[in-house]
Amino acid sequence: MINIDNIRADFPILNRQVNGKPLVYFDNAATSQTPQQVIDVIVDYYSNYNANIHRGVHTLSQEATDLYEDARLKIQQHFNAKHSYEILLTSGTTHGINLVANGFTSLLDAHDEVIVSALEHHSNIVPWQMLCERTGATLKVIPMTTDGELIMNAYEALLSERTKLVFVNHISNALGTINPIETIIQKAHEVGAAVLIDGAQSCPHIKPDVQALDVDFYVASAHKMCGPTGVGVLYGKEEWLDKLPPYQGGGEMIDQVSFEKTTYAGLPHKFEAGTPNICGGIAFGAAVDYMNAIGFDAISRYEHELLEYATAQLLEIEGLEIIGPKDLKNKTSVISFNLKDIHPYDVGTILDKMGIAVRTGHHCAQPIMDFFNIPGTVRASFAFYNTKAEIDALISGVKKAKMMLS
Amino acid sequence: MTIAEIQEDIIDEFSMFDDWEERYQYMIDLGKTLPLIDAQYKTEDHIIKGCQSKVWLHAQMNDDKVEFTADSDAIITKGIIAILIRAFSNQHPKAIIESNTDFIDQIGLKEHLSPTRANGLVSMIKQIKMYAIAYQTQLN
Repeated sequence: MINIDNIRADFPILNRQVNGKPLVYFDNAATSQTPQQVIDVIVDYYSNYNANIHRGVHTLSQEATDLYEDARLKIQQHFNAKHSYEILLTSGTTHGINLVANGFTSLLDAHDEVIVSALEHHSNIVPWQMLCERTGATLKVIPMTTDGELIMNAYEALLSERTKLVFVNHISNALGTINPIETIIQKAHEVGAAVLIDGAQSCPHIKPDVQALDVDFYVASAHKMCGPTGVGVLYGKEEWLDKLPPYQGGGEMIDQVSFEKTTYAGLPHKFEAGTPNICGGIAFGAAVDYMNAIGFDAISRYEHELLEYATAQLLEIEGLEIIGPKDLKNKTSVISFNLKDIHPYDVGTILDKMGIAVRTGHHCAQPIMDFFNIPGTVRASFAFYNTKAEIDALISGVKKAKMMLS
Repeated sequence: MTIAEIQEDIIDEFSMFDDWEERYQYMIDLGKTLPLIDAQYKTEDHIIKGCQSKVWLHAQMNDDKVEFTADSDAIITKGIIAILIRAFSNQHPKAIIESNTDFIDQIGLKEHLSPTRANGLVSMIKQIKMYAIAYQTQLN
């Protein structure tokens, strides 16, 4: 059970006023808010432990290293990775995707194919297009239905022994669709292809088990799960991480360096060149602790209640259309919608005047908007610290926007 | 009227509004009523792409004055365009070059001209100035 009053008390920003109104924060799919428990860890780190890690013999460096590596263990446990060295700390989801895409440059050639879904965010399209440009490999796209769900027969038809890589998001940022990644992974493995799952939008809502999924790569960002920006995770199976060459050269990622030859450090350091976001990594660990203390079962149950409540009320507004799965079982607490003949930018502007933060535009997923032939959508995304009263405020805000703009 | 006089008029008009709702309703109504651009100019050549809304801008010289017409797919953006066109269209290029858009701050619409808003308006104002500079060069 979620004790909403206690939870809201953890988030100082929820007391803010915006344009003279209490903040209603419904842009959680872009970034989540930060609880005091995580803010305290950041303050404590800079107040008491700040030092560079992995190299100092002095006490501060040792303590900072222990905190950082302890965070890696928390993240390992959270994702149920087999080994802590399969957990690479990155600057975020985009960094993780680029690291893998770059690594595959030496593993692909012009006969190979890679498969992406039509539901992707630009971050999970462009790095793969660049990979295809470098290697001559072909990019294939899994199409979707008008409900924004992937067409699985078409996916199976795309798979062949040429397929080397498949990348799909676990949950679509633009529409909230939950993709059937278990089947996607299994089918890809049948033809010997590796799979990368972009978990940026799933990790705020569910706890993925990378061993049970048997996924090869899984990426996520801390800032969407109550942690700070600028830090994220790339889980990679040991066998795959061993195959990929290092991404960036620098300190920390080496074993021996001479001008004739450098040998690289083992996992995970081979991929962690330079001084990492130490405080960010430690705070990421604290964020994972915070969310697990509430419990992902409770979080997803409560968020689903919010989704059902908001969907039912929004659909009562005449001329309002929700884009994405009709069956709420197949989506997370993200609602992308439009009012007939009204531009999403206008709706977002009026809502902002009422203190309600939503996202408007193409959500960095232009191919999805082109598919639906719309300039963009208004996207309201809910987190476990939101309330039904806030949804009521959204509903009256949308009604007011409709009245003013019609 | 000079650009400065028109801007003063606009500031006066907006000072009559008590709250944001009245200001926005006025802009929305401006956006709805004005046909802002001839359909033949609503093309890719005239488009200024923003992440949030699109803007089309066309300029032509009539005698020694620059006439601007523009449009947007979002109505609030269109309302602000109507205000900008009223201030800058049918003016001598030199007057346009020497003018500024501070009056937008004074009527409480500053956030719409933020470069990070990506609604096409900042690029549109730059483009208006570029046209004025180009026409001024022709006149010299």
